[in-house]
Amino acid sequence: MKKILFLIFYLFIFNNSVMAVIEVDITRGNLDPLPIAISPLHLESGSQDIKQGDKTIKNVGEKISQLIETNLRRSGLFNPLKKESFVQNPDIAHVKPRFEDWKLIKAQALVTGKVIVKEDKLRTEFRLWDVVAAKEIVALAFSTRPDNWRRVAHIISDKIYKRLTGEEGYFDSRIIYVSEAGLKTQRIKKLAIMDQDGANVKYLTLGNELVLTPRFSPKNQLVTYLSYFRNLPRVYLLDIETGVQEVVGDFPGMTFAPRFSPDGKKIIMSFAKDGNSDIYTMDLDSRVVEKITDHTSIDTSPSYSPDGKYISFNSDRSGLQQIYVMRSDGSNVKRITFGKGIYGTPVWSPRGDLIAFTRMHNGKFYIGVMRTDGSGERLLTENYYQEAPSWSPNGRVLIFYRETKSDSDGKGFSAKLWSIDLTGYNERLIETETDGSDPSWSSLMSK
Amino acid sequence: MTFTTALKRFLIIFSASMALTACASSVKQSGKMQGDVYTGSDTVEYLASGVADRVFFASNKSTLTTAARDTLRKQAAWMRKKKDLTFAIEGHADERGTREYNLALGERRANAAKDYLMTYGISSNRLSVISYGKERPVNSESNPLAWSQNRRSVTVKAK
Repeated sequence: MKKILFLIFYLFIFNNSVMAVIEVDITRGNLDPLPIAISPLHLESGSQDIKQGDKTIKNVGEKISQLIETNLRRSGLFNPLKKESFVQNPDIAHVKPRFEDWKLIKAQALVTGKVIVKEDKLRTEFRLWDVVAAKEIVALAFSTRPDNWRRVAHIISDKIYKRLTGEEGYFDSRIIYVSEAGLKTQRIKKLAIMDQDGANVKYLTLGNELVLTPRFSPKNQLVTYLSYFRNLPRVYLLDIETGVQEVVGDFPGMTFAPRFSPDGKKIIMSFAKDGNSDIYTMDLDSRVVEKITDHTSIDTSPSYSPDGKYISFNSDRSGLQQIYVMRSDGSNVKRITFGKGIYGTPVWSPRGDLIAFTRMHNGKFYIGVMRTDGSGERLLTENYYQEAPSWSPNGRVLIFYRETKSDSDGKGFSAKLWSIDLTGYNERLIETETDGSDPSWSSLMSK
Repeated sequence: MTFTTALKRFLIIFSASMALTACASSVKQSGKMQGDVYTGSDTVEYLASGVADRVFFASNKSTLTTAARDTLRKQAAWMRKKKDLTFAIEGHADERGTREYNLALGERRANAAKDYLMTYGISSNRLSVISYGKERPVNSESNPLAWSQNRRSVTVKAK
């Protein structure tokens, strides 16, 4: 994928010492989403249509506003108000909002803006206003390629989210996952990548061989995954910009469960030999392989802490699958889960304070979070089958996959991607063209 | 006896008989399972006459049952006669576990079968191992019987 140059102008210098009156409380369940008015971005006269494939977009301003609205609504933290109740015209509101009008419809924040498409450039200007304090709190302008309008909407959404919640957003990000189709006994699986909202799906493999568990590098456009190419299950590295693939390391057996280190320089994975799986790392520059665990049990699903100092993984050394934490050199192994049932797929939050996991107990599967010492366990969602959580770049949302039960004819099976807020609220299906599993969230692209 | 106690009795007898019917159907299903290990032959294929191609495992386990060892000894006896053939042992898990752990579990099950074949004189260079985890179930239903058929190690002739 080509890198796209974004020109961002700060129209006004922020005065950070002036605190906005409005703020979204994200520490508890978002039961009271913030009412926000998103005035359609005004299309300036003389603006050209955007041709995208066989589609023509006449009013890209409207499209961008709609996408901002969808993003903010889906976050569960905002309540975008109905446009029918807006009194002021978008172009005038962008210059000088009449705050009394917006207060009247109970908006606490207001988004205004204008766009123009000219000489193969899309220029967007947007402002975020604090309606209660009657002042502007963000003003930005972007210039980019016209077919890049969705990213403009995602970047604006992130700016709004950040200004009103105090935390980084996650809208300008992507998800890599496994697209699934066909019979359960002979599933066809392909690597697929899409925007965080499900748009722009691209398939990266053809489905000739089984592929599993793709994971993004936190630093660049590399992805690591398991492929059964030539019927030899091995960990691969794929550059999604160039399409170049290579096997990771030269192991005389199955390698699996790969993930990147937080600096993107190493891959951590399991290597199975003679019925025993241990955890290894490989440095991508020096190609040096290191054995991290050495135990007769199954040690797998490793995940680094964001500072790179610790690794969490699951092991059945106690008899059943449980979660452990150790130093990144393999020393000081400590079991952190002791609840009933089995625990697996630990994934360290990008903020470092929590580990997300899958728990199976009494025939049900749960996605949960706990502190990194195993205390404070909270189960967020219960289902027939679900596993493999992956964190949004800001550590607020988890994406995972869920499978449905097959009936006595083996029919009715499906695999879908779902997301849920860290609070346990706002559970949502992520719509995909095909069935999907093993989602992995990228870092913010514009960061 | 008042009418209500009679009704209660009827209800007790009725629910007891319901429970019996429920038991009967699960007995029928577990007729092909011992504990949670599959003991039937519905999914089994044969490498040669009387030589079953697969063995079954308990949940989360890779220990060979008496029946599994019996099957593997027959496989070994047949393999000793077919010296020019090599084999792949495919390890599988059921759908009730996390994907990555199941890959490791499938590998462990296939190796349990391989090790046993080796103790009966089959050279390790005739036996390769591959795990499919939960990716290739043989029975796509979601019930204990299907899962027991899917927890397996299958010996196939290498191409």
